[in-house]
Amino acid sequence: MSPKTLYDKIWDAHVAHEAEDGTCLLYIDRHLVHEVTSPQAFEGLRLAGRTVHAPDKTIAVPDHNVPTTEGRNDPAQMTAESRIQVEALDKNAREFGVHYYPVSDVRQGIVHIVGPEQGWTLPGMTVVCGDSHTATHGAFGALAHGIGTSEVEHVLATQTLIQKKSLNMKVEITGKLKPGVTAKDITLAVIGETGTGGGTGYVIEYCGEAIRDLSMEGRMTVCNMAIEGGARAGLIAPDETTYAYVNGRPHAPKGAQWEAALNWWKTLFTDEGAHFDKVVTLRGEDIQPVVTWGTSPEDVLPITGVVPHPEDFKGGKIEAARRAIEYMGLTPGQKLTDIEIDTVFIGSCTNGRIEDLRAVAEVVKGKKIKDGMRAMIVPGSGLVRAQAEEEGLAEIFEQAGFEWRLAGCSMCLAMNPDQLSEGERCAATSNRNFEGRQGYKGRTHLVSPAMAAAAALTGKLTDIRELM
Amino acid sequence: MEKFQKLTGIAAPMPLVNIDTDMIIPKVFLKSIQRTGFGKNLFDEMRYNRDGSEIPDFVLNKPQYRNAEILVAGDNFGCGSSREHAPWAIADFGIKCVVSTSFADIFFSNCFKNGILPIVLPQEQVDLLMADAERGENARMTVDLEAQEITTSDGEVIKFDVDAFKKQCLLEGLDDIGQTLQKQAAVQSYEGKMAQERPWV
Repeated sequence: MSPKTLYDKIWDAHVAHEAEDGTCLLYIDRHLVHEVTSPQAFEGLRLAGRTVHAPDKTIAVPDHNVPTTEGRNDPAQMTAESRIQVEALDKNAREFGVHYYPVSDVRQGIVHIVGPEQGWTLPGMTVVCGDSHTATHGAFGALAHGIGTSEVEHVLATQTLIQKKSLNMKVEITGKLKPGVTAKDITLAVIGETGTGGGTGYVIEYCGEAIRDLSMEGRMTVCNMAIEGGARAGLIAPDETTYAYVNGRPHAPKGAQWEAALNWWKTLFTDEGAHFDKVVTLRGEDIQPVVTWGTSPEDVLPITGVVPHPEDFKGGKIEAARRAIEYMGLTPGQKLTDIEIDTVFIGSCTNGRIEDLRAVAEVVKGKKIKDGMRAMIVPGSGLVRAQAEEEGLAEIFEQAGFEWRLAGCSMCLAMNPDQLSEGERCAATSNRNFEGRQGYKGRTHLVSPAMAAAAALTGKLTDIRELM
Repeated sequence: MEKFQKLTGIAAPMPLVNIDTDMIIPKVFLKSIQRTGFGKNLFDEMRYNRDGSEIPDFVLNKPQYRNAEILVAGDNFGCGSSREHAPWAIADFGIKCVVSTSFADIFFSNCFKNGILPIVLPQEQVDLLMADAERGENARMTVDLEAQEITTSDGEVIKFDVDAFKKQCLLEGLDDIGQTLQKQAAVQSYEGKMAQERPWV
């Protein structure tokens, strides 16, 4: 048999039907659902008199527009429109009998943090959600990607997706990372290298020593942003780190089933000599703490750099860079460490896990954030929040002057009241720096949790290595 | 789903690269639980001032492009979020075809579910269509899905590729779910096999 990639193996294990032209029905093991992209899908089922095919494989949680302030169980805290969506999810989850974590449940949180935390996400699975950051679950060696609402309805009704296979891309990060460099810097550096369209049409497998050395939290950060590089999914082959994370989670297999699962999971790796259609290799030692300067995640530079000139680019990117520099209120040649910020957002499905919060605490312990700085920490789930409180991190944050919030997507996409005002400039641990993403005319610089913490202290984009 | 067969209409040029789904439909408009009504907020932040007045320089506000049915766009159109509200907004505005050198994967497949034809062409052909679109309302292009051809206002014919299955669905306005349910036996047999092989799933 010809050698296969990890993606080939997971794909082959999930084809329920293949037509002559290669169009497949791919079976879906886990379907995650949130309140923004699902109401029209449930309504479609209702109108057609259809049911949810596999409610036991469907997990719903509200996250995108829930408030993150205390007392949020009071509906008055939500705008009328947000409340309509959250109430619609409550109703749909009950009516169709899917697993559900309502706002009042301590396990509620960002769907891509809740799934792994509860052991819904397992190696070798197919996982989809009406959200592009579904790529996160690829950290477990699961084929996971975002889908549109029509596809949400399709998966609800049939537990399959109509798909053609993507191409294979390998992203290898060799060697060791230097101090101050994190999973976030890896994933941003890769996008800086490939561009936001570089992964279009591909499924990425991340490999190499620097990837192997990452915790599950770090691997989730890397895979989360595969979509920012254009790839539908990012994958990391499961190993002992993966099994240790999964073992004992509420919905992970137990006993004999665990042993059987483990036996299969251990076959999930890319065979020697398997073909990749595209290969990108970065040396871990060369990656520096990075920051975005523009309005696309590909606008990445080491923190030691300067704002580029539009003329540094080619083709359509020249105009895009000119527009981005104007939108961001920057001057070509300006040092990135001279950029003053007024807001810090720490959280999101990219960097809202316990390890991220520990990294922040390490930087800010015993210190105060800069006067006038608005800095908020939004844990990725109620359980992350509880753990941070137990470990004493919350106390460190509050003493330093951070707002300590309840779980949700929050200012990553600013659908709830957590938003930037016009002209405000934010160092954010989230995943998109698009125009208006964090609020109308708001300005976003994407960074790692440690770099965000450093910026909160100094009031400027800061090289974390100078605070170490 | 609405069929797409043949369309003759005005094409609006949007040469900017990396037009993301947040630009196409900002998140403040994602709070509806309907599929319709998003067209008035298509490209909202590029199209309107904060007070709701139109920004005259924006292409779809110019008199000659207000009724555009085709968009000729820069590279990597539709990148970012999976929100289907983006193609819903495009369709609701009246645009039925988008041409670019590349599209983000999720946006691309979302288009086909909503009667929109996304067409990928090499740079020089997109450049040619962009120049044609710049000529405004006198320049009407024809997009013929059956023949897989775009005809410029000067009569130049450009061939394009499209996935055969997706083409058929668009031409006939087919409902994906109905088609898949016809293959229910295959899915059930797969589920039976998996209950044996991977019962923990």
